[in-house]
Amino acid sequence: MEFREKSKIMDGAAIEKALIRIAHEIVEKLKTTDDLIIIGIRTRGAYLAERIVDRILEISGVGVPLGILDITLYRDDLTAVASQPVVHSTEIPFDLTGKRIVLVDDVLYTCRTMRAAIDELMDFGRPSLVQIAVLVDRGHRELPIRPDYVGKNVPTSRDEMVDVEIDEVDGKEQVRILGLVEGKAGK
Amino acid sequence: MNWKRKDLLGLEELKKEEIEFVLDTADSFREISTRAIRKVPALRGRTIVLFFLEASTRTRVSFELAAKRLSADLVNISSSTSSMLKGETLKDTIRNITAMEVDLVIVRHGMAGAPHWLAREIEPGVVNAGDGCHEHPTQALLDMLTIREKKKKLEGLRVAIVGDISHSRVARSNIWGLTKVGASVVVAGPPTFIPPCIEKMGVTVKYRVEEALEGADVVMALRIQRERQGKNLIPSLREYRKIFGISRERLRLSKPDALVMHPGPINRGIELDPDVADGPQSVILDQVTSGVAVRMAVMYLLCGVGKEAISRQLSAVSKKQKAESL
Amino acid sequence: MTNFLIKGGRVVDPANNLDGVKDILVEKGKICAVSDRIEKDGVRVISAEGKLVLPGLIDMHVHLREPGREDEETIETGTRAAARGGFTSVACMPNTDPPADNAGVVKFILSQAELTGCVRVYPVGSISKGLRGEELSDIGELFEAGVVGISDDGEPVSDSNLMRRALEYASMFHLTVISHCEEKALSSEGIINEGYVSTVLGLAGIPAAAEEVMVARDIILAEMTGASLHIAHVSTSGSVELIRRAKSKGINLSAETAPHYFTLTDEEVRSFDTNLRVNPPLRTVRDLEAIIEGLKDGTIDAIATDHAPHSVVEKEQEFALAPPGMIGLETAFSLVMSELVDKGVLSLEQAVAKMTVNPAKILGLDAGRLNEGADADITIVDPDKGYTVDAERFASKSKNSPFIGREVRGMVETVIVAGQPVLENGKFVLEKK
Repeated sequence: MEFREKSKIMDGAAIEKALIRIAHEIVEKLKTTDDLIIIGIRTRGAYLAERIVDRILEISGVGVPLGILDITLYRDDLTAVASQPVVHSTEIPFDLTGKRIVLVDDVLYTCRTMRAAIDELMDFGRPSLVQIAVLVDRGHRELPIRPDYVGKNVPTSRDEMVDVEIDEVDGKEQVRILGLVEGKAGK
Repeated sequence: MNWKRKDLLGLEELKKEEIEFVLDTADSFREISTRAIRKVPALRGRTIVLFFLEASTRTRVSFELAAKRLSADLVNISSSTSSMLKGETLKDTIRNITAMEVDLVIVRHGMAGAPHWLAREIEPGVVNAGDGCHEHPTQALLDMLTIREKKKKLEGLRVAIVGDISHSRVARSNIWGLTKVGASVVVAGPPTFIPPCIEKMGVTVKYRVEEALEGADVVMALRIQRERQGKNLIPSLREYRKIFGISRERLRLSKPDALVMHPGPINRGIELDPDVADGPQSVILDQVTSGVAVRMAVMYLLCGVGKEAISRQLSAVSKKQKAESL
Repeated sequence: MTNFLIKGGRVVDPANNLDGVKDILVEKGKICAVSDRIEKDGVRVISAEGKLVLPGLIDMHVHLREPGREDEETIETGTRAAARGGFTSVACMPNTDPPADNAGVVKFILSQAELTGCVRVYPVGSISKGLRGEELSDIGELFEAGVVGISDDGEPVSDSNLMRRALEYASMFHLTVISHCEEKALSSEGIINEGYVSTVLGLAGIPAAAEEVMVARDIILAEMTGASLHIAHVSTSGSVELIRRAKSKGINLSAETAPHYFTLTDEEVRSFDTNLRVNPPLRTVRDLEAIIEGLKDGTIDAIATDHAPHSVVEKEQEFALAPPGMIGLETAFSLVMSELVDKGVLSLEQAVAKMTVNPAKILGLDAGRLNEGADADITIVDPDKGYTVDAERFASKSKNSPFIGREVRGMVETVIVAGQPVLENGKFVLEKK
């Protein structure tokens, strides 16, 4: 399968603005930062979560704890891939019981990653609340999960791909929609 | 890196990158054993057979815990429960087991090469959990993981292995692994414990334990197998202790922060003095902890490339698609 | 009994220093004439143009397993395997069940060979009763029953005094004592050659010294008794050196090696293929080179296969449980051609001598030569025909050959025993002798 850029929907400034807005919404909606923990999903969600923690610090002057989830071991498609994906460690060095958690990822699509993340979270304790923040919501959910904070809603077709690039991983900041090149469909 | 092997039979055939990849993966698995709920669903629905034809407690328990923490289903077969006692050959026993559709077989056998033969014969992956005096790859990997955790590196370290090298699969696997990642290995023991041409494996041989310990970053003592007594390899355990036993005084010859290791079970007061085994430099219990992480990593990686598992999955998918299209 | 004329082949008969294109006339089971050109009406002509015509090959060391292990080989299948390999005579070792330690078993083997065998079978009797290495067999009775030598092959004669007495006693009948040289205390629980490979594999080693200590002892005893000693399956460099020195001193001894000792080394064992387990074990490259040197300079007189059939059940086991031994009758000649003659180690004449007249001399057989008046045991080979060793083609009941899949050259086409074609163009034409 080969993809080609169809349109650029966010640049660096737009990403930054969206994260600031999400940070504001979190503080507003949850009233206080007490018992709040931001947890990012590897790979890009982890960095976005870190930025949200920074923004919250700027807004409210409080340093909220940051955790990182690697959901590889909770995936429901392990047997469908030819070799096991590389496992990175999960970093949640605190008990989650009674905490309010915002899970952060870059794109919300089928919700299967989010399902795995919620499952894994539960193995670290019994949080009082779990919410979801994503940079892009592109639709096509396959599970009854909905985001609480969305940077940008982007209607897409299933043939398209949402490609998020951030400095920490890709060396640039942008979100693009990629379309399948005609005649090169994999199916 | 992509893991492409169906089996883990020894460290001799592994490349440096593969060894490091297993260690990296094992590092990621360490954290799971520290969680409130020490279990992840990664191998849910997979069946792993522990096929132990030689007495073992710690290795078997370590594999068992690793499998359980990955949510795999586990079948335990040992020599006393196997129908091999009824004269069934190894080949028939294992064929029967695999006819029950398992994903991975962990085998410990008293004879060198048995896991290699099984790996050729059967479709599921095979992990060598020790074959005779040949190899014990997961033990060496856990030793290396422990060293790397404590020393933050493996390359350039000087590792002294002391004891009956001839009859030690732990020594062989460690020699392959450690030399591949750039550590320098010194083996020491009386000439009756040193197999011929071992220098060709890339190690230095010392017949005086003091010379082996000098400047060592890691001191690994091997178990003296009492069952080999009476074969005239050493005159007596007393004399062995006197000449090769690791005492506190001897340990001073190595670096002040040298690690003391032992694959267990220890003969206290023979190869290792109790105050050394329990001393501040001992990482013997860390080895045990690392063992679970390494075995989780190995099971996880090998269950991903079991050809049979993949083809079964694919055929299930195509059946499902057919059903949906009707 | 048909008469025939073999025309136009290159006749190589080392016993008569003969190497040239000749015709051979066979009448009444005997060689009637060997000459540049023979014309005779009314006899069947076998064209051998471009082929080698050799004295029927002799394998002085095989295990036919009958009586006792007919599931692995019988005299019938073993002699068919021999014919396939170009052999017209085989000497079979006494470690059957019951062992050939008495005239009864020897007579059984001979009569079974008469009934079912398609090549000549010469039994070797045991040195000790039950091959136990304790008391001498009734060697005189064995001799009268027809043994061509005595040996406890498979087991060494550990008791030096018993070996001494065997040499002395057998010399009375001019019987050669064939010694399986192994110091058991040194080979102990060994599985493969002791060296780098045994170190890496963690398999118990059999040191070269286990063989050499016994070779040295037997040489000393041969010198002391003046009896005729033959060292079986020489595998180490040290043994070759000991035998070379003994021969230069004029001691009455001979030696054989097997094709696997000049083609394979212990490096191959890394595959844990149980077909590579053999006793003595495959050794190192250094040993292999010394064996080749020994063949070259005549220190090693004969090439014998040590054909040792084992069932699949016994070989499909853990390496250390699989019994030692490999079959060799059907691959030996091609291996000699490919590995020794082609590579210039031995001349064709030397190679043929080690598989015909030399073993005949050691065992005192009137065979292995193409003299006028001799029994017409003849092997015709296509020297240029290459092929892949194929287990399916083996006539042997067992398939435990490490050479399966190997490319070799020199195909046995026709085998004549006592003037009767047994094999023609690679196909059996006579099932029984």
